[in-house]
Amino acid sequence: MSLRLAVIGAGAVGRSVVDLAPEYGHTVTALADSRSAAVDPDGLDAATVFDRKDAEGTVGAADPEDALAAEYDVLVEVTPTTLGDAEPGFSHVKAALERDRHAVLANKGPVAERYADLMALEAESAGTVQFEAAVGGAIPILSTIADFGPGQITAARGVLNGTANFVLSRMAAEGLGYEHVLAEAQDLGVAEADPAFDVEGTDAALKFVILANVLGDEDQIYSLADADVEGIRSIPASALDLAAEDGRTIRLIGEATADGVRVGPRLVPQHDALAVTGTRNIVQFETVNAGQLHLSGRGAGGPETATAILSDVGRLE
Amino acid sequence: MVDAGDAETEAATTDDAETDADEERTDGGERSQTHTIRLELVDKPGELLSALHPIAENGGNLLSIFHERGNLTPRGHIPVEVDVECPPERFETIVDALRAEGVNVIQAGAERYGEELTLLLVGDIVDTDLSDTLQRIESSTDAALADLSLSAPEGRGGASSARLRLATRTGRSDEVFEHVRQVADEKDLNVVEPLVEVAE
Repeated sequence: MSLRLAVIGAGAVGRSVVDLAPEYGHTVTALADSRSAAVDPDGLDAATVFDRKDAEGTVGAADPEDALAAEYDVLVEVTPTTLGDAEPGFSHVKAALERDRHAVLANKGPVAERYADLMALEAESAGTVQFEAAVGGAIPILSTIADFGPGQITAARGVLNGTANFVLSRMAAEGLGYEHVLAEAQDLGVAEADPAFDVEGTDAALKFVILANVLGDEDQIYSLADADVEGIRSIPASALDLAAEDGRTIRLIGEATADGVRVGPRLVPQHDALAVTGTRNIVQFETVNAGQLHLSGRGAGGPETATAILSDVGRLE
Repeated sequence: MVDAGDAETEAATTDDAETDADEERTDGGERSQTHTIRLELVDKPGELLSALHPIAENGGNLLSIFHERGNLTPRGHIPVEVDVECPPERFETIVDALRAEGVNVIQAGAERYGEELTLLLVGDIVDTDLSDTLQRIESSTDAALADLSLSAPEGRGGASSARLRLATRTGRSDEVFEHVRQVADEKDLNVVEPLVEVAE
């Protein structure tokens, strides 16, 4: 079945959703960035809207609110993650659910910071909320939990921030210092100009907060404030050397367990499954009856995240 | 080197050695192993020497003595840790002989340290008094430093790293980590803990 999508957010992920939607048989009827919108009930042309955005800085002549009011079946929320009240992302999702439409998020804010509010809105709506893309990009992490059943998984651990993992694995491989490798990562586009969100552990913590909420079956709701978070800025090259002498390495590891959410640099064996290199992500589930399960892949990027969004859209049909 | 982490396997071998004495002999005689004995002594001259006699007399090779002067047990005695090398079957004899001499043996062999933890300390380790840091980690937790590596490429005042291997009692690692974190916090150091995966 073909669904009509309203895409809110026109960054790398929003662009990829608009680009790939036809491949999955869907139509994008509205697209908004922070200043403008383009609406067409018959479907937008990706080239037209993005040529305009690149040339004029707007995706169309309409206001962003017009995209929220447009005809659609699924609202795709891909605006940048915000903390605290998670606005404006939360309001976008709320508007969709109140119209009994579905909402699919890549934005971590509403799911990590306002999970209870989000679930309450969903309970009142005929629409469904999906957010596979918020955790681990293309890796089907949340759908695996849904398949197993949250009660069958006792803990989730792993690497869910590619930037921090790139920095640590390069430092370990080349014996270089943090600042040097970070500058290299920024040149390569792996790290942003302001890398704080990644290297301070916030991004990974939000993902493990979401995992804790999903695994917790709504018994206990977490937000970023409940997580114990430490970043990688203080790790000198000498620490990685000492770890390597002992057959170990350091990774920014997140944990969502019965004890809560914790993210920080940890010692892991060099050949451990969790010691992935580069920007690769991995998550390890501790299952009740089937031992450990590992899922690994690309955790960020426009097309990667868009595939998770479009898989979520597919689950709504 | 004293490898306290093998204490658990040593204990198992001790039991096996008693029941499978034949097998032990076919292996070419007695194998010596390292055992840790923890004693408490009354603080008066000659006490330590008389406590060590039963060890030598029963064929134990004294490897090290850690005399924790200034540290008192709840009963006001001085704790002493002794590492002894001997064949497994002699170990019980030595402990019995110590007790027969009236020496208070708190723990012998495997009971004390069953687990090893490796962690990193990161920060200005040198100028925050490393020996004090280590002493405090050891003194208030049930952990003994088994190995230490230090890397301070930037010299004093720069960020340096230390790798610590701590021997601790089985099941006590959470307490040890908590205490290490406390000590590190006070000195503005960072701790990189190992990821301990607990299968439930």
